Amino acid sequence: MNIPVVNLGAILPAIMLSLFGIAIMVAEPFVSDAKKSWLGWLAIAGTIAAMLALAPMSRQAGQWYTNLWIVDSYSIFFHFLFILIAAITILTSMNFLQREGIHHTEYYALLLFATVGMMMMAGSNELIMVFLGLEILSIATYVLAGFRRTDLKSNESAMKYFLLGSFSSAFFLYGVALIFGATGSTNLIVIADSLRSGDPQTSLVSLAAALMLIGLCFKVAVAPFHVWAPDVYEGAPTPVTGFMSVGPKAAGFAVLLRIFMTAFPTLEDRWTSVFWIVAALTMLIGNVIALVQPNIKRMLAYSSIAHAGYIAVAVAAGSEHGVSAVLFYTLAYSVTNLGAFAVVTMLSRSEDKLVNLNDYAGLASKRPGLAAVLSLFMLSLAGVPGTAGFAGKFFIFKAAVQSGLIWLAVIGVITTVVSFYYYLYVIVQMYMRDPNEEFADVRTTGPLKLALAITIAGTLYLGILPTRFLDWTVSAAVNALR
Amino acid sequence: MLELALFYIFGTIAVVSAILVITQHNVVHSAIFLAGTLLSVAGIFLALNAEFLAGVQVIVYVGGILVLFVFVIMLIAVERSTFERQFNRQWKIALITSAILIGELVYVVYQGRDTFVLAEPAVPLVQGAAGNSQQVGMGLYTTYLLPFEIASILLLVAIVGAVVLAKKKTQTE
Repeated sequence: MNIPVVNLGAILPAIMLSLFGIAIMVAEPFVSDAKKSWLGWLAIAGTIAAMLALAPMSRQAGQWYTNLWIVDSYSIFFHFLFILIAAITILTSMNFLQREGIHHTEYYALLLFATVGMMMMAGSNELIMVFLGLEILSIATYVLAGFRRTDLKSNESAMKYFLLGSFSSAFFLYGVALIFGATGSTNLIVIADSLRSGDPQTSLVSLAAALMLIGLCFKVAVAPFHVWAPDVYEGAPTPVTGFMSVGPKAAGFAVLLRIFMTAFPTLEDRWTSVFWIVAALTMLIGNVIALVQPNIKRMLAYSSIAHAGYIAVAVAAGSEHGVSAVLFYTLAYSVTNLGAFAVVTMLSRSEDKLVNLNDYAGLASKRPGLAAVLSLFMLSLAGVPGTAGFAGKFFIFKAAVQSGLIWLAVIGVITTVVSFYYYLYVIVQMYMRDPNEEFADVRTTGPLKLALAITIAGTLYLGILPTRFLDWTVSAAVNALR
Repeated sequence: MLELALFYIFGTIAVVSAILVITQHNVVHSAIFLAGTLLSVAGIFLALNAEFLAGVQVIVYVGGILVLFVFVIMLIAVERSTFERQFNRQWKIALITSAILIGELVYVVYQGRDTFVLAEPAVPLVQGAAGNSQQVGMGLYTTYLLPFEIASILLLVAIVGAVVLAKKKTQTE
């Protein structure tokens, strides 16, 4: 009997988040109702501890726990991204929860556990681990989407997400079962080896890969598996919508790349063409339907579908450039979109009032600061030079052209131009219309200011000086392609 | 030969009762047919020498989850639910698309049957001993130690989530 080496350092960030998640629930009865927001700061402390734990983790490079868990700069990058997403979401949520009368305790705990699930997805080298991480993330997000329990739309959102999400998990699991039957293993590296050495009968393996692809495409909401996204995003509490539009998406793409680059390089010509179609469809559908959305949460939902399409372009491009572009874009998009949702959260009222685009009319004359900040995020989502969104799109289209996907890059650029209409429409509303709202009771509180400061700094830094993070993503991509 | 016969018998019962689960109007009937499906799947596991899995299937699914279903059915009005309009108006489209999907799956699996490694049924390490429970336990605590621990987080999330969604309304809401 050989007991595996238990290396706590390799999973230290996940341990930190789990411990703090449990600590929040244990601490809850000892905190008086007036001071419940302290639990939010405890959650923030958890994300800081997890961020610090990345240093010992990065010294444990290699495969651990009988080759189930892999520590390389690819998984470290995604750990960093997930912790950042969790921290910004918590900062955005603190005042929102107070206003809506939502219970803090379970909200923060579930958010931290969801982040643990994402870490398990990005760092594992084994399909069983991926599935466990996927389920932790999904179940936590189903509940978070339904957190406004008295609100019918929130209920609809949670129910829809739960039903369709369990379906897609079943697809993924069926794919795992078939690949286990075809190769005798669920370890990505063993699968790749047996596919290289085995005979070239690939129809069964292709079916397994296709089923896994369907499951993951649902989670990242790319066409034609996107129909759930707008309703779910509209009904969920606004900070949760922000989290859902970036967290599961980043985790889903992390796993997609890991599985397809490590386990199925022998089928590359097949899945590249699938991603080509998925990317083109997603960019077209997302951007065109976003044009006619009156509700800003729905508009950002379709915009998040469109952005998943741009990421899929980089996945289709493959190669070192493509993978590093995926990593950079998920980071740039996460920072920008979380910032946009922070502003939307701040301006909305209880019961999801004031989330229509014409409610933003004249914001610039009443609250010039907020209007300027929201404009920055909209310009970054559209991809105006000097912002994170431009740098991200530039690297993606460059990777696509280098891999010979000229037409896909052309579709991408055209749909980007289309997207300018609905992003700039928000700015037009804010600056060129007369106000019908006073925005008198909009208060920028400490946590929200901090969240905005981080996202603004990130958007500008990644846009103006992208090289440091780009070097990181390139080294991560080299690791992933090994 | 016996194994093949057992597989076909259990497989047929499982599929037929699974179809009956979703076509019955009375929920009690559905629950009984669900028990039939789950038990015959346990039978298939047993025929493959996977005693541990068969036992878990019976204890957890039939003994736990199905009994819970029956309790819930007892607490709600069954008579009324038989008359309620079911919203499955798109069943024709659903039937066609699932038929296409099944056709595809059958075709591909038939094409790739040569590469499909059908593992030999596990042989108990010691004849007459506890069967493969020991092997499952060894696997869980050695090779699959990390997933085993991670599953605890999954269960915690599920419990917390269920409590959040089901607990009573508070004053602030």
